[in-house]
Amino acid sequence: MKGYGQPHTYPGRLIIVEGIDGSGKSTQLQLLQRWLVSQGHTVFFTEWNSSKLVKETTKLGKKNRTLTPLTFSLLHATDFADRLFYNMIPPLKAGMIVLADRYVYTAFARDVARGCDPGWVRKLYDFAIRPDLAFYFKVPVDVSLGRILSGRAKIKYYEAGMDLNLSADPVESFSKFQSRILEEYDRVVEEFKLTVIDATAEIDEQQEVVREVVTRALATYQPRWKHGQAEVPGGGDPVSGAGIPEPQGQADRH
Amino acid sequence: MGRTTQIERLRNWLEVQGHGVVETGWTRSELMSSLIELAKEGNTLTRDTFSLLYATDFAERLENQVIPALRSGFIVLSDRYVYTAFARHAARGGGPEWIRGVFGFAIVPDTVLYLRTDLESLLPRVIGSKGMDYWESGMDLHLGEDLYDSFCVYQQRIIAEYEAMAKEYKFEVVDTVRRSMEEIQQDLRERIEPVVRRPRKVDVSLLDPKALDAKVER
Repeated sequence: MKGYGQPHTYPGRLIIVEGIDGSGKSTQLQLLQRWLVSQGHTVFFTEWNSSKLVKETTKLGKKNRTLTPLTFSLLHATDFADRLFYNMIPPLKAGMIVLADRYVYTAFARDVARGCDPGWVRKLYDFAIRPDLAFYFKVPVDVSLGRILSGRAKIKYYEAGMDLNLSADPVESFSKFQSRILEEYDRVVEEFKLTVIDATAEIDEQQEVVREVVTRALATYQPRWKHGQAEVPGGGDPVSGAGIPEPQGQADRH
Repeated sequence: MGRTTQIERLRNWLEVQGHGVVETGWTRSELMSSLIELAKEGNTLTRDTFSLLYATDFAERLENQVIPALRSGFIVLSDRYVYTAFARHAARGGGPEWIRGVFGFAIVPDTVLYLRTDLESLLPRVIGSKGMDYWESGMDLHLGEDLYDSFCVYQQRIIAEYEAMAKEYKFEVVDTVRRSMEEIQQDLRERIEPVVRRPRKVDVSLLDPKALDAKVER
């Protein structure tokens, strides 16, 4: 576990959020980003399964429903490796704050819930770095399900774990699959000491707690640039207040 | 080394003996082949993403082609296996432990036939056929001034990795240097023969002659 087991030595800070679909983690991260930017920090945002490299392939596999737990897991690891190299390490080396919507713990929870070997998945991500702060937004399945169903009409095939044949009914399958993921998350929280936030609380209450924890975690952080307008030596665009990407559907990042 | 031609002939030889044969080859999965081609065209691949793309392609073929074929009693001829990924990862400076762990889901082949060559024999072969390619020359590693220099250093590294693995994993080493295609094919067959040999399962004398006739008529 050399990778994420040890703290990194980059001048920047890596803050990540975890939680099941509909836990509200993306909303919380977006609010955190707004606040950090308003404080004059230069912030980079990256999210699970978003690299150009594998996007089309993941889409294709999902469309054809040919993805197995193993290929699903490996594709996500490929996406992660690509983003780590291009979107996370350069800004961290440049001393900026990187916010990641989902991190390796998503794989530890979700791939294992799909049947991958826990030891294998952890080794797979051995090249990852340990975040400075990892939030876990804890929420019961029925709450997350309610949030998702109120936002859009249908649950997606893989999100519901339909590939596992848990149930022919998408809602029931979602429930069962997400419950399994929750169990795995509980293990991950214990193992990697994630900071647990009660995600059933009001949005602004949660955000207050998040900002408090972040403030403490940033106590030793020395920003190289203030007010976001740093000359970035390659490797992405600094996010200014106006350019904050809206979260694209809370549960879209499968 | 003429791997493709040798495999083609092996397949024919096995089928003549009545064996069902399925072929699979590196980066040939439906899911991944176009992505890997595309990714190679850009210059954005890092060592680890490269290896993970290979692993994904391999997993896809293992689960969708290789294992179902083995279950149904086919002989699977695989053009390259996990060892290719191990060699390329190591040649790019990656440690052995991670990459072997990543491919930990792979099944151990019944036989690994290693077509051994040297740089001297490899050079005219590559230049004479499709020419030197960016990745096969390890150009991403900046090993030499031009494609040729880089190719030499990179392929030497790859060969060294294969030689080390040949010992570690007990490959069947088939020398290809200064040997004809025919000689190599004979050598390959001799080594495969004990692995695919099986006792005759059907006692033809017990079959109803009428049933045999009926089959012939149809």
